Amino acid sequence: MLDIKGISKTFNPGTVNEKTALSDLSLHLEPGDFVTIVGSNGAGKSTLFNAIAGAFITDSGSIRLDGKDITFLPEHRRSREMGRLFQDPMRGTAPNMTIEENMALAFLRAGRSQRAYFSRISQKDRSFFRDQLSQLGMGLEDRMDQKVGLLSGGQRQALTLLMATQVPPKLLLLDEHTAALDPGTADKVLTLTRQIVAEHHITTLMITHNMHDALDLGNRTLMMNDGRIVLDVQGEERRGLSVQDLLARFRAGVGRELDNDRILLA
Amino acid sequence: MLNIIETALELGMLYALIPMALFLSFRVLDIADLTTDGSFVLGAAVSVTLAGAGHPILAIPAAILAGGCAGFITAFLQTKLSVPSILAGIITNTGLYTINLMAMGWKSNASLLKKDTIFSLARDAGLGGGYKLILGTVVTVLVGVLLVLFLKTRLGLSIRATGDNPDMVRASSINPTFTISVGLALANAMTALSGAMVGQAQNAADINGGTGIVVVGLACLIIGETVVGRGAIPREVLAVIVGSILYRLLYAVVLYTKVVPVGCLKLVTAIVVALAIAAPSLKPELALRARRRSARAEQEVR
Repeated sequence: MLDIKGISKTFNPGTVNEKTALSDLSLHLEPGDFVTIVGSNGAGKSTLFNAIAGAFITDSGSIRLDGKDITFLPEHRRSREMGRLFQDPMRGTAPNMTIEENMALAFLRAGRSQRAYFSRISQKDRSFFRDQLSQLGMGLEDRMDQKVGLLSGGQRQALTLLMATQVPPKLLLLDEHTAALDPGTADKVLTLTRQIVAEHHITTLMITHNMHDALDLGNRTLMMNDGRIVLDVQGEERRGLSVQDLLARFRAGVGRELDNDRILLA
Repeated sequence: MLNIIETALELGMLYALIPMALFLSFRVLDIADLTTDGSFVLGAAVSVTLAGAGHPILAIPAAILAGGCAGFITAFLQTKLSVPSILAGIITNTGLYTINLMAMGWKSNASLLKKDTIFSLARDAGLGGGYKLILGTVVTVLVGVLLVLFLKTRLGLSIRATGDNPDMVRASSINPTFTISVGLALANAMTALSGAMVGQAQNAADINGGTGIVVVGLACLIIGETVVGRGAIPREVLAVIVGSILYRLLYAVVLYTKVVPVGCLKLVTAIVVALAIAAPSLKPELALRARRRSARAEQEVR
């Protein structure tokens, strides 16, 4: 589904702040893969997502999504086929627009009618949105004409998740999307994520700092360090792995402890 | 007195499209568009010149188109060439000075003597005494209704999201370059339409006729929002029309009573706008000071 070949990215080349964020990184995902990513601070996890989403064009290498070369495609074009959630729940929704209007925007994202500039929200769209919102179990379906700015962080993140997947994307990028939520809400959003991804068989990449989640969710786990993938486990090998094993494997591979000041081992 | 009120209503309606344009650029897109001064004069210049050549009706769409182009250039500068948005507006505005002179046949003003205008045509069609007010109201309300409808369409929603959350926009397959271009082109088309109507209503266009009009427009926007309140889009559009009329009424009162010397009006307007825009950050600052003062007073009592 996703095929990354040898991408590199250096920020501020030729200056004292030169930083190689991605270094000859390759990654291949099968359709329906749910991959969790862990790594030290500054390992290049978010940079990898930015490269895939098109926030910048990589210095070298190529990226293909579902057979299509997207290496030089601008961000807004890639987002037709990709959903993305950030850690900050404020980033995914427009606060001064209503829930319904936010959903309409997301719905049009991957819409079949890309050029229907003057189409409006129809009754049919509205009842579709209502159905989808009711799946969240947060009562948002009765608040569709309220501004999104009135919602809590957890509600906004759940809404963003719904918006990113209401037209199932080819690839879903989750960048620590529950890290800023309180534990209860985080659990709820994570459960929703699991449900939605399973239901639509969405190929998913999820960055997390929760080592338990990293092994518990999905079918494959990557560890990153210094812009490289240093560990890639799946299948039988992954099933028997504990958090301690994972940390030991990291130490063996990199030669030092995994240092992430926010890491959760439990 | 009645005459003054009628004039204020009339001017309020004719100029109302400027705060409406600023609502679109400043409130919806979150861009302070300084092209406004120039595109107002551009609309007036194109409109008066074409009316002078015997095409008062054709003059209106021509002015709208010219304004749209001006807005597009400002948008192009900031989206494609990364010029900071305020500077982009100033650059276009500066360039427009020459374009406006050109549109008036390289003169600093143009006037219509004994020529047909949309207003004289309306009067001859039997609109009666308040023909300027009626025509201005019809056009302004029509544009207002169209704007409300437009902002609910897919493109309208995309434009609103662009101003509301740029991060989200890029992640939603909306091209911000496109939405900003459409938004600024529309806003300046509306400003130019106002200029076109004012030009024909006053039978004249002047190269300096737009000086400071962006601040006056903001004042109207703020007055309207204060009186009518902020909220859903239809309410905002109503607010700018009310604001524009109230501003012209205040202006007329000042002219009539001379409470403030007429020459001071721009300064007063500037101060009002600066304070109104600063209010959201002044309020907590003042509250903090009050708290500090009362805390200090309490300590002294102990």
